[in-house]
Amino acid sequence: MKLARPESMHDVATHYCPGCGHGIIHRLIGEVIDELGIREKTIGTAPVGCAVLLYNYMNFDVIECSHGRPPAVATGMKRMMPDRIIFTYQGDGDLAAIGTGETIHAANRGENITVIFVNNATYGMTGGQMAPTTMTGQWSTTTTEGRGKHGEGPPLRVCEMLATLGGVAYLERVAVNSPKAIAGARRAIKKAFENQMAGVGFSLIEVLSMCPTDWKLSPKESLAFIDQEMKKVFPLGVFKDVTGEGTSV
Amino acid sequence: MAEKVLLQGNVAMSEGAVQAGCRFFAGYPITPQNEVPEYMSERMPQVGGVFVQAEAEVAAINMIFGAASTGARCMTSSSSPGVSLKQEGISYIAAGELPCVIANVQRAGPGLGGIRGAQGDYFQSVKGGGHGDYRLIVFAPASAQESYDMTMAAFDWADHYRNPAMILTDGIVGQMSEPVELKPYKPACSLPEKDWILDGCKGRAPRIVRTLYLHPVERLIDHNRHLAAKYAKIEAEMQDAEEYRCDDAEVIVAAYGATARVAKAAVNMARDEAMKVGVLRPKVVWPFPVKFFKKHARRVRKWLVVEMSSGQMIEDVKLAIECSKPVEFLGWGGGWYPTGESILEKVREVYR
Amino acid sequence: MLQMGRVRINVERCKGCGLCVGACPTGHLEMGKELNQSGYPYARTVSGKKCTACGLCYRMCPDVVIEIEGK
Repeated sequence: MKLARPESMHDVATHYCPGCGHGIIHRLIGEVIDELGIREKTIGTAPVGCAVLLYNYMNFDVIECSHGRPPAVATGMKRMMPDRIIFTYQGDGDLAAIGTGETIHAANRGENITVIFVNNATYGMTGGQMAPTTMTGQWSTTTTEGRGKHGEGPPLRVCEMLATLGGVAYLERVAVNSPKAIAGARRAIKKAFENQMAGVGFSLIEVLSMCPTDWKLSPKESLAFIDQEMKKVFPLGVFKDVTGEGTSV
Repeated sequence: MAEKVLLQGNVAMSEGAVQAGCRFFAGYPITPQNEVPEYMSERMPQVGGVFVQAEAEVAAINMIFGAASTGARCMTSSSSPGVSLKQEGISYIAAGELPCVIANVQRAGPGLGGIRGAQGDYFQSVKGGGHGDYRLIVFAPASAQESYDMTMAAFDWADHYRNPAMILTDGIVGQMSEPVELKPYKPACSLPEKDWILDGCKGRAPRIVRTLYLHPVERLIDHNRHLAAKYAKIEAEMQDAEEYRCDDAEVIVAAYGATARVAKAAVNMARDEAMKVGVLRPKVVWPFPVKFFKKHARRVRKWLVVEMSSGQMIEDVKLAIECSKPVEFLGWGGGWYPTGESILEKVREVYR
Repeated sequence: MLQMGRVRINVERCKGCGLCVGACPTGHLEMGKELNQSGYPYARTVSGKKCTACGLCYRMCPDVVIEIEGK
């Protein structure tokens, strides 16, 4: 057994903070793309957010999109190159605030793409403002009295919301806050890419991820924050599966 | 002579795109260009292309961004308020040096405005409606035939320069039907190999389409220098205008699109009254046909600019002649249409 | 690069987050006191503990700092 840097990842340091979940998720995507042998026909999209520089880290074609628009960009690419593997990688602001329309409609059209949705309940890159998934009562730089005090409404549950759409093929929420959770996330991400390869349709994996910097917690405390706080609002599980198989084992 | 059919301007524009090899169209309904997505929804599948009715103009321009990055010839269309929505996406496409065609069938504004034709988006089109230093190659058809011809050529020029191109038409040209000769496609210019497309890194290093350059500072400045050099080249090579009865004209009417056709009628009437008048009609409004204006600048006593706006192109006319002569204006935004008589009356006044 | 048994640690890539330490089921890893060139303390193996090359540290690390040798 050998565990090493996936070929789908460049051998460079990342700019992510210590303990940030992005690094884990990037590596899982790299591992899965390597395992499925699809690196040379994969094109990824980079969001606006901490992961805007994803193309510096991933060893395949990537297009940098404007905020929220990756599902539309992916639609244009996949419709023109149906045999390539197109995936989006988006944070909570990208996918569930400014990009809500693109997310819902690409999902409902059933675009045969893979969406990796990184939910860390904050706007990381810009310093910790409220995200659509910031939880009720949670502090942020724009909800210093806690979300919900001034008409913000409750957090958006993307998997639950998209599960009502007929065009969606697969929805699963996972986490990366423990080795066991990471193993589950890897299975789900692999399934989402396999679905695209098999022409199954729109697959989205929501990944609860750590942001120690904005949460003002240590990396170790951030792992617990996901277990103790986030999972209560965003339970893990499969929310839609047209294949009926659940995650690949 | 190729087949000649009666076609609406919007449809002629769409068919010109199809003949040029456009195989991806994304758009959203908005009057007065609904015929474009409607026509494309049937035509794209017929030629093995893809039509997507996007959820909004913002989504549509981003679908174009994606399709263009794969090397496909792609197009979106809208009318003024919808084109406002596309501006961020257009800035990204220009910054990423991706080719595509964007049609604006202008309607009256500002705001929700009205659905009559207008020319109130000239500034937005040629001065950069989106953020940052970029330019669009902007074609200004004045007939259904030009809608067909110019759109067909626009795909070639967009590929040639790796830059988005715009068809700046209006609700009058878009809605009226005229005979159109369906000329077969012939490249308007040389077409370099698309060695920048994102189609998977098999047998090559990965490619990136990006517009963010943070470090070092010089990198983004250099990119801007590169873009500026490209635009200087386009300015030198693509100026185009029609000179109608200009050779001895003492007053020249400058107008584009539907307005220019009415201006020609007015100029004919003025000639019947022994006035030496002509029409100078920019066919491409960016780059502005400066050399055509300079050619007549010394002889012409006065210029009259007529636009279906409250005065936008007039600024470029003044710049082109370096404010060397008086430049008068006729026009209003908001759906005002010129008539032969109204232009003639103004010509008489200017000619004195 | 720190080679410790079957665990190879890229010292200069470590950001001192410590998640590997928590992930290791045998207490085989610890954060050292020295700083790397980026100013972070880095992970190192604890001598006297048995590494089974389970790979949980590799799995948990956000920066691909740790690689595990094959048998």
